[in-house]
Amino acid sequence: MTATAAIVGSGNIGTDLMYKLLRSDLVDPQWMVGIDPASEGLAQAREHGLRTSVDGVDWLLAQDELPDLVFEATSAAVHRANAPRYEAAGIKAIDLTPAAVGPYVVPPVNLGEHLTAPNVNLITCGGQATIPIVKAVSRAVPVSYAEIVATVSSRSAGPGTRANIDEFTRTTSHGIEVIGGAARGKAIIVLNPAEPPMVMRDTIFCAIPEDADTELVAVSIRDMVNEVAGYVPGYRLLDEPQFDPPSAATGGMARVCVFIEVEGAGDFLPSYSGNLDIMTAAATRVGEQLAKG
Amino acid sequence: MDVRVTDTSLRDGSHAKRHQFTVDDVRNIVGALDDAGVPVIEVTHGDGLGGSSFTYGFSHTPEQELIKTAVATASRARIAFLMLPGVGVKDDILVSADNGAQICRIATHCTEADISVQHFGLARERGLETVGFLMMAHSQPPEKLAQQARIMADAGCQCVYVVDSAGALIMDQVGDRVSALVAELGEDAQVGFHGHENLGLGVANSIIAVRAGARQIDGSARRFGAGAGNTPVEAFVGVCDKLGIDTGIDFFKMLDAAEDVVAPVMDQECQLDRMALLMGYAGVYSSFLRHAYRQAERYGVSGPEILVRAGQRRLVGGQEDQLIDIALELRGR
Repeated sequence: MTATAAIVGSGNIGTDLMYKLLRSDLVDPQWMVGIDPASEGLAQAREHGLRTSVDGVDWLLAQDELPDLVFEATSAAVHRANAPRYEAAGIKAIDLTPAAVGPYVVPPVNLGEHLTAPNVNLITCGGQATIPIVKAVSRAVPVSYAEIVATVSSRSAGPGTRANIDEFTRTTSHGIEVIGGAARGKAIIVLNPAEPPMVMRDTIFCAIPEDADTELVAVSIRDMVNEVAGYVPGYRLLDEPQFDPPSAATGGMARVCVFIEVEGAGDFLPSYSGNLDIMTAAATRVGEQLAKG
Repeated sequence: MDVRVTDTSLRDGSHAKRHQFTVDDVRNIVGALDDAGVPVIEVTHGDGLGGSSFTYGFSHTPEQELIKTAVATASRARIAFLMLPGVGVKDDILVSADNGAQICRIATHCTEADISVQHFGLARERGLETVGFLMMAHSQPPEKLAQQARIMADAGCQCVYVVDSAGALIMDQVGDRVSALVAELGEDAQVGFHGHENLGLGVANSIIAVRAGARQIDGSARRFGAGAGNTPVEAFVGVCDKLGIDTGIDFFKMLDAAEDVVAPVMDQECQLDRMALLMGYAGVYSSFLRHAYRQAERYGVSGPEILVRAGQRRLVGGQEDQLIDIALELRGR
């Protein structure tokens, strides 16, 4: 069946998400809510037949027909305020902010576990890009520690990310542990202002047992990359996974190192901003799963 | 005191030491620098709080143990620490303050000052003195740097540094940048300069910075730092003495501290060799040096070529992970 959907937040993320949902056979976006009457996102939504308003969630909840799904692309504070209202109205929420009201979801890892939750959270862009790889390693061998470096172009890091960079690192680290399956997680984010803007890059290091079956780990990683690329076409492995024996440089741990590039689909956002694309692609994937029930 | 010197051999030197400082190293170096009258001593993993990692190298000793040791050892000097938003987090600042560090230095790439706003706010709230680092300052013109300095000052930063992370700035380029910051900040915040020796200009650049209005200067005893090392504090103090600039540091005691205490801790002297000169010439982040050597050896490729590509890719501080990718690219995928 098809699920109807509202997008709350008409900025870059909300607008890019709209284009992905318009292509979906399972999710039908019908409403977009913003705050700025001059918003380009709202104008584009109207062009594509969505009903729009700048009167917030009050307007959305006063409609005769309510959406099945709401995608929140505002801020953590706004989502915390809106979440109980969606739940009271029986609308499932897919949260693209760092509010983390509901459980963390990374589609290829744990989506099936939360199909009945009233609210799910997409962690961070760095989390969506790297946690699948941590999981790919941890499903093959124990991972005592995982560390990721997400590098994004300065242009693709909005004011929200910049003002809350600590939340990004802490939330991603937590996701590496609870969803990725690493005993301990660490996340690093770097902004690079190079012009033309660089495409998002992610490096994932996992500490693994010294006698780990490296071929088993490598196969698991390649399988997972293919799975993510199924809904994020620009997600790719840059090099073969690199295995290093324990040394002083690795803190005495054996490790595997994985290099990823995430190029966006260029729906509304430029293709270098794979960090934003992977969020809207993951949100679409989650919406489609919820529509299937 | 006309200029306040911060010795960063126990932070920037951490890169050259591959982050292997021991409690004894810190006790000995802080003791000697404190006795020479160095007013501020920075102690942290080279990449700041939380820097101990696969990406940057694991610390031999937990960084808070080193900070506690420094605080307990110093009788006059104040202990500073560095943090990079995106690597460390706010809790790391609070723990460092609880352990007695008094100066919080927050570093961002020189176009990204706005990621430090929440950290400056927290540091000031906690009663810490604050310093801001605009890294890779050679990559932006003076007016752009001044705008970024304004963001830091408005967030609560009390001294904004022009940080020549690549050792790529040449004399007038330092003066122009420091002057632009002084003009922008006025009485709102001081201006500082952090130099590297990759083109052999650490002392000269620092003197030009002072003449342009810088009130704080970084250096490292024996140049102990990333790349070809930092401005040698002992040489800077000697030159200041000759020029009548008061640093409050005893030149002769500083000579002894550098030679008798700091030099023995170093794995090797910081040299103005081919790799270091390339970094200054190509504008590459100095901390990449040891990592480039390691990946060159691991993959059997040219270290200088890794650095040249790092410059071409316009990597910024913190992207050490990409040096592995460059080595793989050079080897042929």
